[in-house]
Amino acid sequence: MIDPTDPAFWPRLVDGLLVASAETLIMLVVTGIVTLIGGLALGVILVATDSDGVLAAPFGSRALGRGINLVLGTIVNIGRSVPFIILMVALIPVSRFLVGSAYSLEGAIVPLCVAAVPFFARIAEIALREVPAGLVEAGTAMGASPVQLLVKVLVPEAVPALLRGFTTTLVTIVNYSAIVTVVGNYGLGSFAYVNGYQRYSVIHILAVVALLVALVHLLQWLGNRLATRLSHR
Amino acid sequence: MIVAERLVKTFASTDSQNPVRAVDDVSLRIAEGEIFGIVGQSGAGKSTLVRLLNLLERPDAGKILLDGTDLTALDERALRRERHQIGMIFQQFQLLSRRTVRDNVALPLEVLGVPARERRARVDEILELVGLTDRADAYPAQLSGGQKQRVGIARALAPRPRVLLSDEATSALDPATTRSILDLLAKLNRELGLTIVLITHEMEVIKQVCHSAALIEDGRIVEQGRIRELLGTPGSRIAHQLFPLGEHAPERGNTIVEVTFTGLDSSRPVIARLARDHGLDISILGAMIETVAGEQTGRIRLELPGDAATRAAAIESLRAEGYVVDVAATSGGAA
Repeated sequence: MIDPTDPAFWPRLVDGLLVASAETLIMLVVTGIVTLIGGLALGVILVATDSDGVLAAPFGSRALGRGINLVLGTIVNIGRSVPFIILMVALIPVSRFLVGSAYSLEGAIVPLCVAAVPFFARIAEIALREVPAGLVEAGTAMGASPVQLLVKVLVPEAVPALLRGFTTTLVTIVNYSAIVTVVGNYGLGSFAYVNGYQRYSVIHILAVVALLVALVHLLQWLGNRLATRLSHR
Repeated sequence: MIVAERLVKTFASTDSQNPVRAVDDVSLRIAEGEIFGIVGQSGAGKSTLVRLLNLLERPDAGKILLDGTDLTALDERALRRERHQIGMIFQQFQLLSRRTVRDNVALPLEVLGVPARERRARVDEILELVGLTDRADAYPAQLSGGQKQRVGIARALAPRPRVLLSDEATSALDPATTRSILDLLAKLNRELGLTIVLITHEMEVIKQVCHSAALIEDGRIVEQGRIRELLGTPGSRIAHQLFPLGEHAPERGNTIVEVTFTGLDSSRPVIARLARDHGLDISILGAMIETVAGEQTGRIRLELPGDAATRAAAIESLRAEGYVVDVAATSGGAA
């Protein structure tokens, strides 16, 4: 039980919030970077190797294109279908193998990435499919290669939609980051759970909720602003 | 010179067992430096046909020869190289929304690997040619339809292609803008010797700029040739559509003829003399004078009464004067 009348209560709350916020931000930034790169790459390959995609037949083989599409599509679906709390537990040996310990901040980031990458891959896929087919056709008529079509036409035209989708993904990562309590006391979610729920401090919960609401609003505002600036429609 | 030989393209249809023959045994001959119009109703297969010419669609059968090179026989890499010789413009412009006018025009040059400095010089040059120098830093969304199509044309021409394919390029534009875009195409054809293949559903477009035309119906070419010759061909459907004089049923014992005159002195009193010489009470049912393929061309529809011999003699005398006489309908005896 935490006593709010204790003179050390407020300084301790602030210190705790600072540390937890830093941990949340580290999880968000690292996972965000991995997700942006990994999810975008997956999304691009999924769209490119689709039956009417620009790489439907890599190295001249339709079967190869279909195979890649099927395998990656299945992986993404599995990643998206496992509930995050189960995924965390299931990935404990993987985290231990990759970063040494599953019960560390690094160990928490591994399952976050494994969950967020497929999530963003699907969102990126949707954004890329929104690019009018006529633009790709125009690029093809110009004599652009499949890679040029992806790099010069498809991805640049999808940038505003990709950014909006990435903002949604970041908010989801903030959400998931609360569940890492399973492997350790890291981030704002754990801070609220341990101090607020297990030790009955409503003030801790309110403080964390206020910070998370502010964080999500900030992310959304930045995302929208940037997407609007980069769109010229 | 583009030669299409017996092109066939079928699409699986969703609602029936039978695949749809979008292009059915089509052969075309498009001469160097001409503006060749392919005209037809929507759904006739003309958009598929133009996409076969640069292999955006692969034909099921047939060949496409660009200056003797069979495009259908090339591998992907060689085909991409040939495509630099063939520019294309579209009804919906297909400009990249996040690139400025300048960067849109530079895109095919980037694709080709032209160095930045050279690219810039070429873009400036081509923007000047289409009259868009002052809009170089605008984004497509800030342009009017006509300006967008000028960017499309500039982009298509940046790598100096020999052929320009135009897929309904003026169909989304108002009449005045259509005219200015067609004038631009005609100018580019004249000044650069550019061969232009132009798909349209509007006879007006054919009339304004084309030297040759093909009429496509249900995936088949029903008529093709130089427009000047088609105008002198009795029964030509393209000529007929260029001069829509309406439908008239001949009265009993009369013949309806359509007289076409091209480049002839139009002030000659042809009708008056014909009436006088043959003693015929000629009625004029319709008449039009147009500039077709850059030449004043007129067509008059006449109703000739009288007995068969008199009518035949009248037609004969018109032909003797160098007019093209097309017997549209006759009743009560041969003409």
